[in-house]
Amino acid sequence: MTTPSSPYITPSASTNRLMLNVIIALVPGSIAYIWFFGVGLIVNLIFAIGFALLFETAILLLRKRPLKPYLTDYSAIVTAWLFALCIPMHSPWWLIAVGIGFAMIAGKHLYGGLGFNPFNPAMVGYVVLLISFPVEMTTWYLPLQISADSLNIVQAFSYTLGLVDIQQWDALTSATPLDQYKTSLGLNMMISEIKQSPVFGDFAGVGWEWIANWWFIGGLYLIFTKTIRWHIPVMVILGMLIFSVSFYIVDPDSVASPGFQLFSGGLMLGAFFIATDPVTASTTVKGRLIYGFMIGALIFVIRRWGGYPDGVAFAVLLANMSVPLIDYYTQPRVFGVNPPEDH
Amino acid sequence: MADSVYKFHGGLHLDEHKAESLTQPLQVASLADEIIIRVSQHIGEPNTPVIETGDTVKRGQLLAESSAFVSAPVHASTSGTIKAIEERAIAHASGQKAECFILIPDGKDEVFEQPENSYQKNDLQKSDLLAMIRLAGIVGLGGAVFPTAAKLTTAIKHGIKTLIINGAECEPYITCDDVLMQNNAADIFKGITYLQTILQPEQTIIGIEDNKPAAIQAMQQALADTSLANTRVTSIPTLYPSGGEKQLIKLLTGLEVHSSQLSFEIGILCQNVGTCAAIAKAIDECQPLTSRIVTVTGPGVNNPGNWLTPLGTPVSHLIQLAGGYKVKQPKLIMGGPMMGLTLESDQIPVVKATNTILVLDHLDQPEVNECIRCGSCTEVCPVQLLPQQLYWYSKTHQFDLTESYHLFDCIECGCCSAVCPSHIPLVQYYRHAKGEIWQQRKNTYKSDRARKRHEFREARIARQKQLDEERRQQKREALAKKKAAEQATKATQSDNSPAGQTVDAVQAALERVKARKKAQQVDPKNTSNLTDEQQRQIDEANARRNKTTADDA
Repeated sequence: MTTPSSPYITPSASTNRLMLNVIIALVPGSIAYIWFFGVGLIVNLIFAIGFALLFETAILLLRKRPLKPYLTDYSAIVTAWLFALCIPMHSPWWLIAVGIGFAMIAGKHLYGGLGFNPFNPAMVGYVVLLISFPVEMTTWYLPLQISADSLNIVQAFSYTLGLVDIQQWDALTSATPLDQYKTSLGLNMMISEIKQSPVFGDFAGVGWEWIANWWFIGGLYLIFTKTIRWHIPVMVILGMLIFSVSFYIVDPDSVASPGFQLFSGGLMLGAFFIATDPVTASTTVKGRLIYGFMIGALIFVIRRWGGYPDGVAFAVLLANMSVPLIDYYTQPRVFGVNPPEDH
Repeated sequence: MADSVYKFHGGLHLDEHKAESLTQPLQVASLADEIIIRVSQHIGEPNTPVIETGDTVKRGQLLAESSAFVSAPVHASTSGTIKAIEERAIAHASGQKAECFILIPDGKDEVFEQPENSYQKNDLQKSDLLAMIRLAGIVGLGGAVFPTAAKLTTAIKHGIKTLIINGAECEPYITCDDVLMQNNAADIFKGITYLQTILQPEQTIIGIEDNKPAAIQAMQQALADTSLANTRVTSIPTLYPSGGEKQLIKLLTGLEVHSSQLSFEIGILCQNVGTCAAIAKAIDECQPLTSRIVTVTGPGVNNPGNWLTPLGTPVSHLIQLAGGYKVKQPKLIMGGPMMGLTLESDQIPVVKATNTILVLDHLDQPEVNECIRCGSCTEVCPVQLLPQQLYWYSKTHQFDLTESYHLFDCIECGCCSAVCPSHIPLVQYYRHAKGEIWQQRKNTYKSDRARKRHEFREARIARQKQLDEERRQQKREALAKKKAAEQATKATQSDNSPAGQTVDAVQAALERVKARKKAQQVDPKNTSNLTDEQQRQIDEANARRNKTTADDA
C-alpha cells in the first residue's frame, strides 16, 4: 500500500522484544538449574537451539519464506529453551533432534508457522518424546548437592554425543521427587515416610524448589514488562491450589502438600512461561481465566490420578485444544450491544 | 468539579504533542493567492454551483447549495473572482478529485451583504434559528461534517434531554478546539444558548479532557458570566478516544448508546465546541461559515501553531505560515495521527472538516510480523471488540464472520494498530473488510433486484401464455360446441324434414340475396345515357387500348 492509512503511530512494542523478554526471564531460573543440576543444561540448550534454528531454516527454505525476519524473531529460541528445560539432562543428541524436529516441523510450520499453531510447539515435541522414549525421558539426575559426582562440560558434551560409556554415571541418576511420590504412593507409603528420601528439601524437591522460585521471579518480570498478563499464571496456580488444598485437608497422608505441588516439576515454569504462550492461549480475559484454571486443575488431576508423575505438558495441550471453544464462548460484550439496563 | 465521570473500556494514553502548537497565540492566516473551495463539504446530498466562472464574489456570498434536507451550502471565504470551477485534488483516502471553485482573491476581503431577512433579532424562534444555521452552511466541525441543521431538526423530533458539548479533543497534536475555547469561550456559550433554545435540554454538559486546564478555566469563567441553568463544564480524564461521540456520552452520562442507534434516539445530542462558535457567528453576525481554526503542527514544520484560516486555503500556504517544512520528506496528514487522512500533495485545500494539518517525517513502515494473538489490541479497544479475531477473518476474507464479531461497531480509532507488537495495520484490514461487505451488499442488492425483475418478467410471460392458452381453449370449446350444435341441428333437420324442403329453403335464400343485390346494383354513371357520338369514341378508345396491349404482347 503506497498510501498508508491512519493511525500513523508506530507501536513501541514488538514481537521480537516480547520474545527477548521471555528469554531474559528464563535466564535466572536456568542459572539456578545449572547450579543445582550441573552443566548438562548448557549442553541441552546448545543442542536444542542449534537444532531448532536448523529445522526452522530448512523448513523456511522449503516454504520459500524469507529467512531473516523469522530467524531473528527469537521464537525458535524460546521454543528450544523451554524444550531444553523440560527434557532430562544428558539426553542423547538424537533425542533432542527428534523432539525439536517434531516441535518445529509438526508443531509449528505444518500449521503455517508462528501465529498459526494451535499447540505449544515445545510441549508437542516434549510429549512426543515422553510417549515414544519413556526410558530416556525418565532418566533424571540427582542434584549436585546430594550427588556423589557430577559431569563437567566436556563430559556432558561427550555423553550427549554418545562418545563415552554411560555406565559409570548410572549411579548419579534418580527418580524426580514427583516420580518418587507417585511410585511410593503406589506402594501405599505415607507422605511422612516418602519425605524421608534425600531428594526432598524444605517443602519440595532439593534444587527443584529453588528453581521454581526463580521461574516465579522471572514470571513477575514478564508481568511487570507486560510481556504476559497476570490472568493465566494466577489461575494456573489458583487451579492447582484449590484442588491440592481441598484434597490435602481431607487426606494429608496420601496427598502431597500444596506447597510441594506448586514448587515441584514444571508447574511454575508452565504457569508463567508455557501456558502463557500467546499464540496457543485464550485471548479473551474471561477465557484466560478459564484456560489458566483448567491447566492448574488438570495438572493436579494428572499428577494424582494419571499415569505420569507430572502433567504440565498434557494439561497445556488439552487446554490448547479447548481454546477455540473457550474463546468463542467468552467474547466480551461489545460496547453498545445489549447494554445493561441500568448504568 | 465533583461531577461523576464514568469509564469506557480500553483506550490509550498517547504522547500528547499538544504543547508544540500552543507555543504561539492564535493568528489570522493571510490570504493565499488562490482559494480552492470544494463545492460540497458535508456528508449528504451534493451541492450544485449557483455561481459561474468569471463571477465576482464577496466573502459570505453563496457559491453552491442543494435543496436536499441533508446538505449544507458553501460560501465564498473572501472577495474575488471565480477563475474556474474544476476538478481538484482533495483530502480523500484514495486520492480522489472533486469539483472546486477556484477563487482568485482581490485582497479587499469585502463582506457580502446578506439579503434582508425577516427575522426579529430579539425574538428568534426555533425555526428561525434552524433556518439561519442551515443558510450559514454549518456542519459538525468535529470532523463528521454532518449538516448541523439537519441533525438538530431530527433531534428535536426525538426530544433531547442532554446536550453534550464536545471539547475533549483527544487526538494527539490537535489544539484548535483548545485554542478556540481559550480565545472564544463566550462565543461558544452564545452558540450553546441558541442550541438550548432549539433543543430545550434538561441539562448541558461540556466535556473537556483534563490536559487542557487553560481551556477548562476559560470555559468555566465564560459559563459563570452567562446565566445558563443546568449547564456545567466537566473535566474528563485524558484517555484516547474520549472525544468519540459514544465514548464521551458514556463518560459524561454513563449511558451506552446502542450499537444500532444514534445518540439522539436516547435523548442525547453532541455538538463540537467549534460548531457552537460557528452557530453564534451565524446568528449574531449573519456570517456564514467561511473560516475555521486550523492547527498546523508536527515534527515536520518549523513553527507549529494555530491559524484562523479561510476555507479553501491550500495546505501549502499554511505550511508557509508555519515556517515551512523542517524535513526533507514531509508526510502530510489532515487530522490527527490516529484517524487523519494522508494528503497526496500540499495543494489540497482546507475544508470545513480540516482541524489539523499534521506534518510528520516520512513514515518508516515498520516490518509487519504475524499476529501472535497477544491480545494487546483487545485490551485497548474502546468498543471491546476482539481485534485479533476481526483481523483473522478480514485477512481470510471470511466477511460474514467479521460481521458476527461486530466489525461495524468498530470506530476505526486506531488504538489496536497503535499497540500491535507485530505492527499489523489492523484498521486498514477493517476498512477493507467494511468496503468489501458494502460492495457485496450493493452487488447482492443489484443482483437481487435483477433477479426479481427477471422472475417477475418470467412470471408475467407465463401468465400471459396461460391466459392466451385459456382464451384459445375457450374459443376452441365454443367452436366445438357450435359445431356440435350445428351438426345436431343438421341432424335434427335431416331427420325431421324432407331434403327437398331444405334445398328449397336455401335456394329461396339465395334468390333473395340475388334480388337484393340486383336492386342495389347501380350502373356506372359515366357510361349510361351516352350519345351515339360518345359511345363511338369509347369504342374507338377501347379498340386502341386492346391493340396496344396486343402489340406489347
